[in-house]
Amino acid sequence: MRAKVLVVIALLFGLHLALLLAGFVAPYDPTAQNRELSYSPPTRLHFKDGSGFHLRPFVYASTVVMEGDQAGSYQEDRNHQYSLRWFETGPSYKLFGIYELTVHLFEVNEPGRIFLLGTDAYGRDEFSRVLFGGQLSVSAGIVATLITLLAGSIVGIIAGYYGGWVDELLMGVNELFLSLPWLYFLLGVRAFLPLHLSTLRTFFLLTGVIGLIGWARPARLLRGVVLSSRNRNYVLAARGFGATDSYLLRRHILPELFGLLLTQAALLVPRYIAAEATLSFFGLGVNEPAASWGNMLSALQQYSVLVSYGWLLAPAGALVVTSVLYSSLAEVFHSRLKSHTT
Amino acid sequence: MSYILRRVFRAILLSLAVSALCFLFTEMAPGSFFDEMRLNPQISPETILALRSSYGLDQPLAVRYARWVKAALHADLGYSIAYNMPVRPLLWSRAKNTLLLTISALALTWLISVPLGVWAANRRGGLVDKAVALGSSFVISVPELVIAVALLALVVRWRILPVGGMMSADSDAFSTLAKVQDLARHLALPVLILALCEMAIIVRHVRASVLEVLGATYVQAARGLGVSQGRLLFRHVLPVAANPAISLLGFSLAGLLSGSLIVEVVCGWPGLGPLILEATLSRDLYLVIGGIMFSALFMIGGNLVADIMLMAVDPRIRKEGADAR
Repeated sequence: MRAKVLVVIALLFGLHLALLLAGFVAPYDPTAQNRELSYSPPTRLHFKDGSGFHLRPFVYASTVVMEGDQAGSYQEDRNHQYSLRWFETGPSYKLFGIYELTVHLFEVNEPGRIFLLGTDAYGRDEFSRVLFGGQLSVSAGIVATLITLLAGSIVGIIAGYYGGWVDELLMGVNELFLSLPWLYFLLGVRAFLPLHLSTLRTFFLLTGVIGLIGWARPARLLRGVVLSSRNRNYVLAARGFGATDSYLLRRHILPELFGLLLTQAALLVPRYIAAEATLSFFGLGVNEPAASWGNMLSALQQYSVLVSYGWLLAPAGALVVTSVLYSSLAEVFHSRLKSHTT
Repeated sequence: MSYILRRVFRAILLSLAVSALCFLFTEMAPGSFFDEMRLNPQISPETILALRSSYGLDQPLAVRYARWVKAALHADLGYSIAYNMPVRPLLWSRAKNTLLLTISALALTWLISVPLGVWAANRRGGLVDKAVALGSSFVISVPELVIAVALLALVVRWRILPVGGMMSADSDAFSTLAKVQDLARHLALPVLILALCEMAIIVRHVRASVLEVLGATYVQAARGLGVSQGRLLFRHVLPVAANPAISLLGFSLAGLLSGSLIVEVVCGWPGLGPLILEATLSRDLYLVIGGIMFSALFMIGGNLVADIMLMAVDPRIRKEGADAR
């Protein structure tokens, strides 16, 4: 059990590190187009050639077959090998949006190309786009979660702590929000906001909307915990000794909410990543040319693309991995919480 | 009886609140359908103003809301600007398809997950139990969008089922039986995706509530009296375990509706989802509001039905209702 927890945490850490350092890990600029290399399949890494086995993998440059029955497909040009080079300079990027760097984890010399996950319709490197798209999608999930938890805690604590008509009013509104199918609701709210914005503004708009719509469930859960902890003997005693509301909240009630908040966060992040991906998939979220896992998947809405270019499912794979990791984390938190309270 | 009355009252209150909320959104909208018209030099500003007032968009918010509610009570949900026709027939023609999809998915979900949940609980720790636990936790954690796209990819690649639309293009020439078959084949994939996502949640709840009841003393007593396994499960355990499951039924409608939106868009099923999405993209306000209202009403109605069913099967709730009176 403990080993499993460590593995989950290590993998999550690795994932986030790779996304954070997307510019370094990705060999290409995510928006750089190579029109002559559209829908190129994943580049094969070779270890063996005529002269034997090489420890350093190499690739062949691919070109489109122009004639014959194979026309339109890609063929490797076996005359030249291009070795994989670690920590080589490549296209410049900004790390954390500040430091301008040109060093990449790996590169191959032109005209050799390394497309680990193939390319999309515009010949953009899918691997680089998955990394940069993940940066956007995952941070959207995290920011939206923070917004939800903040809004949910404020409402939940007020409702649970003060009770009475405040509680009834807030929980009435709460039920209203719970009774709406969230996606329809999200779409409705999105309908009244501008469609085409800069990526940064879209990001904050999306996270704001997704985060604010989801406040109801955590608020309800937190209210329950506050309600029960408010009437514990030591809280009543402290109140009897003249403790103020803010002291009681800070000292006695907030610490009890911590476990629940962590569990909720681990549950909400993947859900909100999915929400962002769904909206972007529908064309209501992050616009091209910026990458997000959702808008990358929307290329698959054409059945012909779905059939012929399977590697474009890569963002779906990334979504699966991220979601499964986060839910495992939520499970860990949840079981800890349960063993803690009972 | 007062239990039902209270529930109905609550449902009405909720629907009113939902409509008010929907209406407030329209006011916050910075853009409107007329924005694009304004860019068109062939349409004069006066024409746009006249259009606005003919759609009643120049009135203050409260007046518009009052009008809208009054009209909605007469089943008139306003006018779709993009389609140039009333919202209601437009919504209804699509909503039928969504209802067909969700209700089939709901039926399939419960038909599979109740026996599966009972089995898993009855053979706790067995192979089925473990498989159910693993499978459901995987399906729950993976986004519905991904499940939909992945299953679609499989179906399209292997050409097992037709995809896109409800009917084949040449279905007009089919006999009635062939038409139904054609519809069923088109329905299969979206229903399967939806049911899979829902099942993962329901089966866990069924299992948990059956487990809880299995531990009760009266079940042990019945077992001690030599009641057969089948009779014990279906006569003594399931009715009690059904209680939380039924309240879940109303609750699961929310997930089902949101899920159906994704599935409809991905699979090209001509339901409410694609319509609302299109309306969102073209800022067809009344259509969007009508769609949200419809889905919310469907959910509130579903919850109400679940509440009433709950009362029918659980004498404790009937008692509580009598006490309140």
